[in-house]
Amino acid sequence: MTEEHQRGSRLSVGDRRAVVIGLGALAWLVALLWVFPIGWTVFTSFKTEQDASAQTLHHGLSFGRYGDVTESTTGTLSLQTAFTNSVVVVLVSTFIVLLLAIPAAYALSIRPIHKWRDVLFFFISTKFLPIVASIFPIYVYAQRWNLIGTRTSLIVLYIAINLPLAIWMLHSFFKEVPRELIEAAELDGTNLLNQLRTVILPIVAPGIAATALLCVIFAWNEYFYALQLNFANGSTMPQWVTSNVSTRGNFLAKLSAAAVLACLPVVIAGWAAQKRMIRGLSMGALK
Amino acid sequence: MTATAADVALTKGRTGDPFSSAWRRRLPLLPALLFVIVITQLPFIISIYYSFTDLKDKTQSLIPEPTRFVGFENYRQIFSDPFFREAMWTSVKMTVLSVVLSLVLGTLFALLLDRKFLGRGLIRTLLITPFLLMPVVAALIWKQQMFSSLFGILNKGLNVLGFGSVAFISDHPLASIVTVLVWQWTPFMMLIVLAGLQSQPGEVIEAANVDGASSFGIFRQLTLPHLRRYLELGALLGSIYIVQAFDAIDVMTGGGPGSTNVPYYVYQESIGGGFRYGSASAYAIVVVIFSILIATFALRLLSSLFKDEGRL
Repeated sequence: MTEEHQRGSRLSVGDRRAVVIGLGALAWLVALLWVFPIGWTVFTSFKTEQDASAQTLHHGLSFGRYGDVTESTTGTLSLQTAFTNSVVVVLVSTFIVLLLAIPAAYALSIRPIHKWRDVLFFFISTKFLPIVASIFPIYVYAQRWNLIGTRTSLIVLYIAINLPLAIWMLHSFFKEVPRELIEAAELDGTNLLNQLRTVILPIVAPGIAATALLCVIFAWNEYFYALQLNFANGSTMPQWVTSNVSTRGNFLAKLSAAAVLACLPVVIAGWAAQKRMIRGLSMGALK
Repeated sequence: MTATAADVALTKGRTGDPFSSAWRRRLPLLPALLFVIVITQLPFIISIYYSFTDLKDKTQSLIPEPTRFVGFENYRQIFSDPFFREAMWTSVKMTVLSVVLSLVLGTLFALLLDRKFLGRGLIRTLLITPFLLMPVVAALIWKQQMFSSLFGILNKGLNVLGFGSVAFISDHPLASIVTVLVWQWTPFMMLIVLAGLQSQPGEVIEAANVDGASSFGIFRQLTLPHLRRYLELGALLGSIYIVQAFDAIDVMTGGGPGSTNVPYYVYQESIGGGFRYGSASAYAIVVVIFSILIATFALRLLSSLFKDEGRL
């Protein structure tokens, strides 16, 4: 090591503090810039329509637009209908996903079947199939069976979207249950259901919660199927938001209020689950 | 149930039907497997069947029936359709641009967040927010609040600075859509790269520091090779979703020239107005073949990541 290098590293101790503070400030700046469109939308949602369209602030801020968008006018999709549809579709589909995925994940991790790896990869391969490749048959049969415009069709499709993801995610959580615990329970003669209830579930409960949250987020935000199969009474929140874009008159403030209302539940859920979300997003490949 | 009952069942399985024990293990898996096969594989097989017919629903009679088999006619037609070729090219540009840009920005953000500073948790929470938004809402926010020539904040800013207005969406449809996709997917890439950075063994970096290596040298020689597979994973997972982008296109341009990707084109040809299910199915099958190519790489990578982490 040369003299210069040593001096350099000694100097950098003093410099390092400035660099650390500078990089921290940069992170703040970048983050605030990145969420500016969201912040501005929240701000706009409290304005009057005139102020929103002109991007000015002459008439103060109020919750008025939130009142406007929650009011229902006849002939248009009301917030109540869309919200009820979304909640029912999201909760029922997520519940059934867990009901199907927990036993499947058990059979793929804790008491693995022969060739479980192939089965696991089969599940994930279905996520790679483009939705357009299967939408016409689904559309044609949904029409034939009078399922267009019903919650049932969306529930079935959202289960199909989320099930592979849930199985992968739960599989990676189930793998972490210590083998000794299961073996001890088996020696004690605990049957399968009790094993699940008393030994496995308490350990994987946070994982199940994170999986459920991710399923909720994906189902809540889904637009394509909802648009194609649900133009009638089964419309969900994304369609409600777009229904606030109007060709007559100013709508920016109302649209902003609708966007905030529609996104808030999922954003809060995502914030709460962010530490575990990475595992679901990476199909269980990363912790 | 008691131990004896379970034991009896097990012995029965062993001595009697040789399959019963294996099937007992498979039983918890079957409902999920059956469901996925029926909902995802069956429609796909029906799509293949449609792609060889001239099925259409011009009258929107709601009961489209395949009229006759046309063999490979629909597939032959694909290669002479200039709009499909343009949609393919748009798909490639849209996906590659969005994935590369969000990966680069995501890596930079992850590097910024991979050190302690005041409010790091809050910043991380703020940064992931765009990814949590409904894609429809993200597109609407950008269209109406940012890009709009009527009340867009970007044009207001340009005007204040003395520049003329820019019709972002109508003049630059692809760039506008890519902006929204990058805005939403950068946080996703950031989370994956951050997981990679935090799995990096600290001792190696420290040793390099002690040896007097420069920060950039450490990044290039140690961090980047370690991150390679995380970047690949992010790129592949991002591609799977971004290649299918629909919401942003539907909201921002409704599939105008230069912004129609393959899924949107197939949609326009079929339930989005064309109602030519037969030929649209052929397009969809071509998309599937391309997806299978990407998926093969993706699955191989996923499987290697799993083996390395010792979890498979």
